[in-house]
Order: sequence, then structure tokens, then C-alpha cells
Amino acid sequence: MDKKTRKILLDPLHVNNPITLQVLGICSALAVTTKLETAIVMSAALTFVTAMSNAAVSVLRNRIPGNIRIIVQLTIIASLVIIADQFMKAYIYSVSKQLSVFVGLIITNCIVMGRAEAFAMANPPGLSFIDGIGNGLGYSAILLIVAFFRELFGSGSLLGFTVFQKVNMGGWYTPNGLMVLAPGAFFLIGFIIWIQRTVTPSMVEEE
Amino acid sequence: MEALLNLAVKSIFVENMALAFFLGMCSFLAVSKKVETAIGLGAAVIFVLTLTTPLNNLIYMHLLKEGALTWISPSFATMDLSFLGFISYIATIAAVVQIVEMTIDKYSPKLYGALGVFLPLIAVNCAILGASLFMVQREYDFAESLTFGFGAGTGWAAAIISLAAIREKMKYSNVPPALRGLGITFILAGLMAMGFMIFSGIQL
Repeated sequence: MDKKTRKILLDPLHVNNPITLQVLGICSALAVTTKLETAIVMSAALTFVTAMSNAAVSVLRNRIPGNIRIIVQLTIIASLVIIADQFMKAYIYSVSKQLSVFVGLIITNCIVMGRAEAFAMANPPGLSFIDGIGNGLGYSAILLIVAFFRELFGSGSLLGFTVFQKVNMGGWYTPNGLMVLAPGAFFLIGFIIWIQRTVTPSMVEEE
Repeated sequence: MEALLNLAVKSIFVENMALAFFLGMCSFLAVSKKVETAIGLGAAVIFVLTLTTPLNNLIYMHLLKEGALTWISPSFATMDLSFLGFISYIATIAAVVQIVEMTIDKYSPKLYGALGVFLPLIAVNCAILGASLFMVQREYDFAESLTFGFGAGTGWAAAIISLAAIREKMKYSNVPPALRGLGITFILAGLMAMGFMIFSGIQL
């Protein structure tokens, strides 16, 4: 793998992370992270859709008329999301039920649109595919970190297996209710951004 | 009537689109630096949501739902097109946004000046698609989806305008450098979400 490809693949994991730096795709990052299981499934679905839509948009990039490109992109993305949704309904029905509307919302997930618009419209299919995978992984990294802490401290378990024995089950751990509620998700991402930018000062925003 | 009022209150406060369901977060965080622009975007979201939710309700009820096509011919009673949902809803939303943009441009250039730049952004705002998907999932009828669309929009607008107002004051605070911008906005949104939690359980 040459240097440029590696940069495209690995940059979104930290220094150009879609969630914490590009501010894309936050809705689902917050909503599906109460449990690690849903976060993993969501990450896989999003990585698939981003990579495939990037490749498809890139193949068609010279044929899409400029003024209707948003609708063309949305159609491509919506078709891919329907495939992902049907697949999940067929093989992992219970998780798909828990994700409820958020599978459909991958269509309007800004990462998919943002990368199609910013990268795939100007680069060849192979590189666009790798860019899609990279950004999908960057998104997954944040999702898994947030879900890990929310499930561990919010319900005392990981992937459904008990880690901390809860008080009402005869153990010692009092679950932190804040973690499963909406504010907990906001705070956690805020703290992740804080840590990330303290480690890498070049990411700090100038006001 | 009472049920509809209850639904409106619920969708504005208790189940706030932005702060309880995290919908429309990208623009919620990106376009909340100034109160003026937040008001513009909020108004545009209310407008588009009030139009698209009932419209998608009609599409779902009369075209996509299992057995919905019986008005064409009774032999379509077992036809279930609901897997086409996503693509139809997003197409409706994109089309409505385009039509609204052209109409406003023609008849009210002043309003266009205020809302125009936000309209294209709205097609990919997940609060809009989210409202349609919730409408299908909760099986609202036409009147309910109209109320829900309006309520969800108003709730979202209220949330973004208040966040913008807080952020305008934030420039007087001494925030740690690494937390400036996005980081502190997340924490602010978290505190607001906590505030909105006091509404939970309210019923008329």
C-alpha cells in the first residue's frame, strides 16, 4: 500500500475523524450507543453503505449533471440502505428492531453524503472506496468507545454479559442512569473530543 | 382534539427531536453559532416538516402499505411495497424542498433571502426523514401526522434557537483550549437535554 492510500485509509481514524473533527453523522452516533451490540451492527452497516456509495458515485461522477447531483446521490444511497435494512431484517431481526428508524436514517447520515460530495465526486472509484472504508472505520471507532462506556457504566454489562454485578441482582454495582439517557451521550462525546484535542493540539479550533 | 393537542405538546417538549432522539444533530451543532441564522433554519425546518410528514403519510397509506393498492384493483390486496419506503420518503422530501425553494423564490424574495440558503441543507437533515419514519412506525393517521410534523419542527426550532442563544454568551467564558468549539457545544447540548428531561411524563 503506498503512502497516499494509507493516508486516505487511516487519517479518518484520528486526525480527520468524521465525528469529532468533521462534525458529520452525529445523530446516529448518539442514539444507537446505549448498547455495544447495536453500535457494532450500526458501524458495520454504515461502513458498508459509505464504501459502496462512494464507489458508485465515483463511477458515475462524470455523468451526473451538477444541478441534480444531490438527488442522484440520495437515490444511490437510499438503494444501498434498503439492501442493508432488508439484510438485517432477514438475519439479525432483534437488533434491527432495536435500531428502529436509525437504519433508515443512514440515508441522511451526513458522513455518507459528505464523503460522496467531498471525495467521490473528484476521485477515482478505487480510492473513493478506500476513503469510504476509512471514514466508516473512523465513525465506528467513536461509536464503539461511546457504546463501551455507556453499556458498562449504564447497565454494568458488555454485549449483554454481566461485568459488574448490579445491586438489584444481589451484587454491588449501582448503575449510572445518566449514561443510558440522552445527556450522557452528549457528555461522553464532549469528553472524547477534549481528550483527543489535548493529545493532538493541531486539532484545536481557533475562535 | 384533546388527543392531538397532547401529541403536539409531547412532540415539542417530551420527545424533542434534537435533544431526546438526537435527530438533525449535524445542522444543530453546525448552524447554531448565531441566533439569527438559527431562527432562519428553525423556521425552514418547521415549514418543511409540516408539509412532508402528512405527505409521506398519504404515500404510505395509499401506495406502500400492505393492501393499500386495493383502490386500483382488488387483486392487489396482498401487495406490500413498504420496502420501497426509504427511497419514496427521501424522494418526496427532496422534491418538496425543491418546490418550496422555487415557490418562495418567486413569490417572496424577502423570505427567500432569509430562508433560501438553508433549504438545500434541509433535504439531508435527519429530523425530516426521521419524523416520516416515526410516523410510519407509530402508525399515525393524517391529522396526527400533520400535528406531529408541526410539533416536531417546533421542538427542533426551539432547541436550536436556545442553543444558539447560549453559544452567543459563551464567548465571554474562558473555555479550556482543547474544549473550544465543538467540545463545549456537546457538553452544552447535554446540559440542555438534562433540562428538557423535566418535561418527561407530562400529559394533558
